Amino acid sequence: MNPAVLIASVYVFALAAFLGYQVISRVPPLLHTPLMSATNAISGISLIGSLVMAGAHYPLVAHLLGFAAVTTATINVVGGFWITDRMLKMFKKREPNPAKAVKP
Amino acid sequence: MSPATLLMEATYLIASILFILGLKAMSHPDSARRGMFYAEAGMAAAIIGTLIGQHIVTWVWIVAGLLLGSAIGAWMGITVPMTAMPQRTALSHAFGAMAAALVGIAEFNVHASEMSVFTRGALGFEVMLGALTTTGSLIAAGKLQGIIKGTPVQFKGQQVLNALIGLGMVGCFVTFWINPAILAAFYTMVGLALAFGVMMVIPIGSADMPVVMSLLNSYAGLAATATGFVLGNNVLIIAGTLDGFSGLILSILMCKAMNRSITNVLFGGFGAAVAEASSNAGGTMREIPLEDAAIQLAYAKRVIFVPGYGLATAQAQHAVRELAELLEERGVTVKYAIHPVAGRMPGHMNVLLAEANVPYSALYEMDQINPEFPETDVVVVIGANDVVNPDARDNPKSLIAGMPILEVDLAKSVIVLKRGQGRGFSGLENPLFFKERTRMLYGDAKGTLNLLVKAVEQS
Repeated sequence: MNPAVLIASVYVFALAAFLGYQVISRVPPLLHTPLMSATNAISGISLIGSLVMAGAHYPLVAHLLGFAAVTTATINVVGGFWITDRMLKMFKKREPNPAKAVKP
Repeated sequence: MSPATLLMEATYLIASILFILGLKAMSHPDSARRGMFYAEAGMAAAIIGTLIGQHIVTWVWIVAGLLLGSAIGAWMGITVPMTAMPQRTALSHAFGAMAAALVGIAEFNVHASEMSVFTRGALGFEVMLGALTTTGSLIAAGKLQGIIKGTPVQFKGQQVLNALIGLGMVGCFVTFWINPAILAAFYTMVGLALAFGVMMVIPIGSADMPVVMSLLNSYAGLAATATGFVLGNNVLIIAGTLDGFSGLILSILMCKAMNRSITNVLFGGFGAAVAEASSNAGGTMREIPLEDAAIQLAYAKRVIFVPGYGLATAQAQHAVRELAELLEERGVTVKYAIHPVAGRMPGHMNVLLAEANVPYSALYEMDQINPEFPETDVVVVIGANDVVNPDARDNPKSLIAGMPILEVDLAKSVIVLKRGQGRGFSGLENPLFFKERTRMLYGDAKGTLNLLVKAVEQS
């Protein structure tokens, strides 16, 4: 990595850290579980690194390690987003009238 | 730059923006779901961009991995019950960290000799953090699932052993950093990191899991950030850092909610043999007949439910909602008080109650609800213990002294639903249970709540 790219990367990291702090601080405790699940799914973006290892012009060992990494990262992306959505779907405001059946 | 590469870089930029917008939408439950669609779109764009822009020559491993991962991910997405969310999340920390570690090891195999000193440092960091988070998260998941017992595992010389493993790991890291030709140093580092992850989590009790989960979340994110540095890929750096900081913020919040430092959580071994330090809360616990409890609830003006981990283990979230609705139909004002560390992960109780169709407007945070307890007629504590222990406020010698609590002991009366007479998980005596205004209702929370529903209907 040449120094210019490195410095740019460090900038990106520092700015992402500040932005992350600002954005995440605003998430209410109500949504902390979906938040953890969501950030987990998002960091499954390491999938793109795994894809290169599994498919680019590399020796077999890289392909095998890449395959395992693609699998685990995809589990996180698919499972993570799926479960996050399932959770978020459940958070509802008070319904006007739940129209509950009267029990005997 | 070829058009394909340009396109790929563009999708990375779009993905970064969509991820940030997605997390920003998490600031409110009404917008959160839409935000996740942004993030999903960003993810899809980045994946397609990568497949087009990188020089992919072999598709078989990619397709196999994507299919297998999607199948397992979808299966987990459909089948995992809300009560198992802590385990599921711990497992996903393990998967995320494992992906980072594997990419790092592959990267080491392919490029180690031509890497700059800095890249090699980032690579070492990525693999080390990835490996220890993988095993640490697996142990956490095992404890949460009950495969491994939840009590802290401690033995003589543990700290020394951990320090040795840690030092050895860092030593190997430095050796590999200086001279990448020493393969043994790299692989020994991987092995020691795997061991370190196990050693890091086994001495921590289940009650401290919210902090551990948040920390592991942070580590998994930072491992992805390091991957981004190794590959010189900004979207990885951004996504990893967002994840890492989210975990860090949650760890700090959880520690604050227990009035403990991270060091204390990691090395304290809380929940071992600590009974002698609790206050001598003498007296007897008074049981209340079910019918009396039902009448108290039915004729109350204000009722607050305080759920704890016991609600999750008993799967009593639907039963409590049923009781609450019944009371509301009778004109009782019902609220839920949620302590930040109630349950096994941040926000655990909120998700369970949301699953049972409790509207989120009825869920109150500690600071909002504490002033309301003195005007509350009946507080129902369901499987919560430490978070309502008045010792934290009154007894400076208590192990949990200074921990902010839900001040339920100020309410006009308290009914505690508890499985048995024993102490809670932490082993601390809870003076709340012996107070004049407190009544105990023993038994499985779900069963008791169902009986209460019947009794309230008849009164």
